Amino acid sequence: MRLEAQLYHQQGAFYLDSQLSADLSGVTGLFGPSGSGKTTLLRCLSGLERAERGVVCFGDQIWQDESKGIFLPPHQRPVGVVFQESRLFDHLTIKENLQFGHQRAKKAQSRVCWDEVIDILELAPLLTRHPQRLSGGEQQRVAIGRTLLTGPQLLIMDEPLASMDHTGKKKILGFIHRVQTHLKLPILHVSHDMGEILQLADYLALMEKGRILATGPIHEMITRLDLPLAHRGDASTLLAAQVTEQELAYHLSHLTFGKPSQQLFIPNTSLSLGEQVRVRIFARDVSLTLEQPKQTSILNHFPAKVVEIMPENPAQSMVKLSVSGSPILSRITKKSLESLGIVEGLSVIAQVKSIALER
Amino acid sequence: MTNPAEIGNLDWQALQLSLLLAGVTTLLLLIIGTPLAWWLARSRGRKKQLTEAVVALPLVLPPTVLGFYLLIFLGPHGWLGGAWVSLTGHALTFRFSGLVIASLLYSLPFVVQPLQRAFESIGAKPMEAAATLGAAPWDAFIHVAFPLARGGYLTAGILGFAHTLGEFGVVLMVGGNIPGQTQVISIAIYDHVESLEYSQAHTLSALLLLLSFSALLLVNRFNRHHTIGTQ
Repeated sequence: MRLEAQLYHQQGAFYLDSQLSADLSGVTGLFGPSGSGKTTLLRCLSGLERAERGVVCFGDQIWQDESKGIFLPPHQRPVGVVFQESRLFDHLTIKENLQFGHQRAKKAQSRVCWDEVIDILELAPLLTRHPQRLSGGEQQRVAIGRTLLTGPQLLIMDEPLASMDHTGKKKILGFIHRVQTHLKLPILHVSHDMGEILQLADYLALMEKGRILATGPIHEMITRLDLPLAHRGDASTLLAAQVTEQELAYHLSHLTFGKPSQQLFIPNTSLSLGEQVRVRIFARDVSLTLEQPKQTSILNHFPAKVVEIMPENPAQSMVKLSVSGSPILSRITKKSLESLGIVEGLSVIAQVKSIALER
Repeated sequence: MTNPAEIGNLDWQALQLSLLLAGVTTLLLLIIGTPLAWWLARSRGRKKQLTEAVVALPLVLPPTVLGFYLLIFLGPHGWLGGAWVSLTGHALTFRFSGLVIASLLYSLPFVVQPLQRAFESIGAKPMEAAATLGAAPWDAFIHVAFPLARGGYLTAGILGFAHTLGEFGVVLMVGGNIPGQTQVISIAIYDHVESLEYSQAHTLSALLLLLSFSALLLVNRFNRHHTIGTQ
């Protein structure tokens, strides 16, 4: 579903002047520092806030067009919103909270099956309880379910994990991923936590000072040297890989990615053969050599081509590599860069010290 | 000498009239007060401050002053009274309908303020959630804001009722003291004291005291129960 939004809105000293146009499928992360206008943009998209000027189109529906005086209020937009706080209704039980949205689902919209949502989010044991008696994570799960049951065509999440601890976050992220794979619903997920975005998002819209800086597939966005993400301390790369072998004796899983396919090793045996996974490689964990290492403790090394080099400070440079078509970042010292004679177009070997499994 | 516990026929009429007046006034105020309190809870700025001051005015204004202006305003030569006469043929002053209008103003803050506090404490968030779940504003009010504000409605209803029941000065100015028509219970008490019928005054006063006290007890109990329930 295509979302085209052009919004201009002033709120005190803050200006929102955003243009977002994206084919929404999977999870689109909206990332930016606090105060960059993410929430305001979401509120304008969902109709909770009316931008002074702007156009919002979703598929063939016009949600807002100020030049024609068109503005659909939130209850008429097929958007579901999950807020930072669960916003469950305290006077209703969990079941009644869930029914609230389900009963108001428009017939024209794809009606979501009650049992399916209860099942995906494991809500059955909570139904008779009251919101006040649930943990933060449980409340947020109910809030997601309540929203899904309205049969939205777009799900907007405004930092739904912000108030949760690490374990709670991980659990809900798993549930969100499950929702996406089961219901195939486009999700716009807002966060200022890069780790969360890297785990969940397929696409990324980068926001700064009320503007959308760039949009694109997540693995491209985080390795674009012209964007700030590739220059953060935790700059990294994502690879989509498949589990091809289990080496139980060493507690290792073998993964393959790219074409021609490259092999990766990660210490894990809980994965099943054939499973699709996403791994993250930090730029600081990638070193470069000119020759194939013969005797090294590092298992993961791949032939790579230097695509782009950008100095970050007097001491360090960021090198963007291509490994079988996948971009990988390596942060090395300027001294190494010069002594190895690394220039754009050169073939090198990338050695990877550690790999994190994202999902 | 009459039995002190015995309530005379006229006193019964006064009590009934008071209860009717308080009932009608409270009901009307809950209806009128809802949109007013909602607007006050949601807006900011000078208009709101001005309206809040006007709503609170009956709290500080001497009832006789309010009554005096109402007498002029509602009288046959007054702006509203005149229109009422040409419409119905009756005057508003010294009649039950006039008493209702006077009580509406007199008890306004006792209903509007608790409602406003209740709406303010609910905030915009549940209503926004309801809207994104497909509820139109009216639907969201009935099914979300109203049930969440039920404590406020109970407080407003009881305070409005009890306050109207005890009104004296305004009623005396606008309604006079016509037994069976405009003589309310507080005026009946005053009459008894004037005629040195202390035993009747005692009975009626004790009745009002009891009513007011139970009303407050009810409000407190409900509010306590309500807060415990939501923790």
